[in-house]
Amino acid sequence: MRYVIIGAGVAGFAAVESIRSVDKTGEIIMVSDDPHGFYSRPGLAYYLTGEIDDKALYSRTKDDYKELNFSFLKERITRIVPEQHKLEIEGKPAIVYDKLLIAVGARAIPLNVPGAKLEGVFKLDHLTDANNILKWAKRGRTAVVVGGGITALELTEALLAHGMNVHYLLRGDRYWSSVLDKRESLVVEGHLQEEGVTLHHHSDLAEIVGKSGRVAGIRTADGHTIKCDMVAYAVGIVPRLDLVQGIGLNVERGILADEHLQTNDPDIFAAGDVAQVYDPLTGHSVLDSLWNPAREQGHVAGLNMAGRKSTYLKSAPFNVTRLAGLTTTIIGAVGRGRDEDVVGIARGDSETWRELPEAIVAQSGLDVNHIRLLIGDKHLIGAVLMGDQKLSFPLQKMIANSADISPIRDSLMQPDAPIADLIADFWMGWRKNIAV
Amino acid sequence: MSFLNIFKSDSTRRTVLSEGHVVPEPSRCVQCGICSYNCPIGIDVRAYVWRNEAVKHSECLTCGECVARCPRGVLRFAQTDLFERRDS
Repeated sequence: MRYVIIGAGVAGFAAVESIRSVDKTGEIIMVSDDPHGFYSRPGLAYYLTGEIDDKALYSRTKDDYKELNFSFLKERITRIVPEQHKLEIEGKPAIVYDKLLIAVGARAIPLNVPGAKLEGVFKLDHLTDANNILKWAKRGRTAVVVGGGITALELTEALLAHGMNVHYLLRGDRYWSSVLDKRESLVVEGHLQEEGVTLHHHSDLAEIVGKSGRVAGIRTADGHTIKCDMVAYAVGIVPRLDLVQGIGLNVERGILADEHLQTNDPDIFAAGDVAQVYDPLTGHSVLDSLWNPAREQGHVAGLNMAGRKSTYLKSAPFNVTRLAGLTTTIIGAVGRGRDEDVVGIARGDSETWRELPEAIVAQSGLDVNHIRLLIGDKHLIGAVLMGDQKLSFPLQKMIANSADISPIRDSLMQPDAPIADLIADFWMGWRKNIAV
Repeated sequence: MSFLNIFKSDSTRRTVLSEGHVVPEPSRCVQCGICSYNCPIGIDVRAYVWRNEAVKHSECLTCGECVARCPRGVLRFAQTDLFERRDS
């Protein structure tokens, strides 16, 4: 049996582990055009700020790889031929597979303005991008950041850490309006300003102005100009679908996979950012760009590839991140609509966060210690925590397990309710119901 | 009961030193490696988190460096079974 995995992200790696846990002898080949293999892509944010070095991004040692007994090929697959179970590589013999996992991830949507190809314009997809940013930031002075979501702030923090003056352009009137509420956006923006970032609201990038092929400044749609030597952008990501066009796989925004991560071809599976996965609980197929769903999907895909039937049950999407130095946890459905700064989905984002059913909002806390709850008829639907994270674990469990909060629902909805106390009290009694 | 009482079951550093460990919440972890990078003993904390295991390393000082540095709140101190055999 030969298993081939295209992609070296966490979904692919989790699949190698789970295949090997079932099939001790089958051949496993991982193929990727990322020369760096498996490393922590979310960790790039901390590599960029200088909190870790590049070696720390690699979580696995050579011994680990030896134990898993798989081979890594640094190659770019040019075509998948499902009828022949074959993967073509330019200038090399094709690879034949029995079971295939496509876990190639997503890529940054390019900027669509004049000057976007100038030297000094950067995205953040992988380690090579991060190294290019660091090299350029060393000699740069002023940077303009464009876009939204978590990645735009990671870029901002990175450039600040390297002593650059940072201008952040926002199309609308506030940051990440599709997921955060107004107050949360303002808290983040306040922190950014304290750190020295110059915010420009209602600013649509119209052109990057170059000099001798390099970035020299930008111009906004309303004619405003900023001199800069660098532009970093994060305007959203899109699943990498080039390989699956016209080969008979069902594709919408991502590769459609069922709850076993299987595509409409029984020998081809898809997992991670490239997959649009069916959720039996809601009946929807959604995109996530989160580390843990990718790991779980890869794990389940691997088990199924090796013949052990296994089902992926999407849990309430959940992410912890630092927004302008402020630890923030986002759980379940919390936002609404689309974000002007992001096209489609952003990295570290989940579509579920925006699928908000009818819910009532309760919030408490001042400035940096903030809790916002989205309350349904009987259950909590979502939560945002900023600053103090003590309640993040209880809320994550209560939302994931649909805890019946009827006993405290009315109290939670009172104006100025002591939400933290109410949740803490409830949790103490309720947690006996689940294994934690 | 107040907000603070919720964590009464969580241990103080002193009790952890004698009978507890650093334990992970793996769903928060993205394997960035800040914990392992900052461990003064060089324990690969992140590998424990990946396997969802308490950091039962015989040389762990429970100094809390990894707990404090983790940007995602993955790690905390907790009492674990005193009589459980420790591996290294």
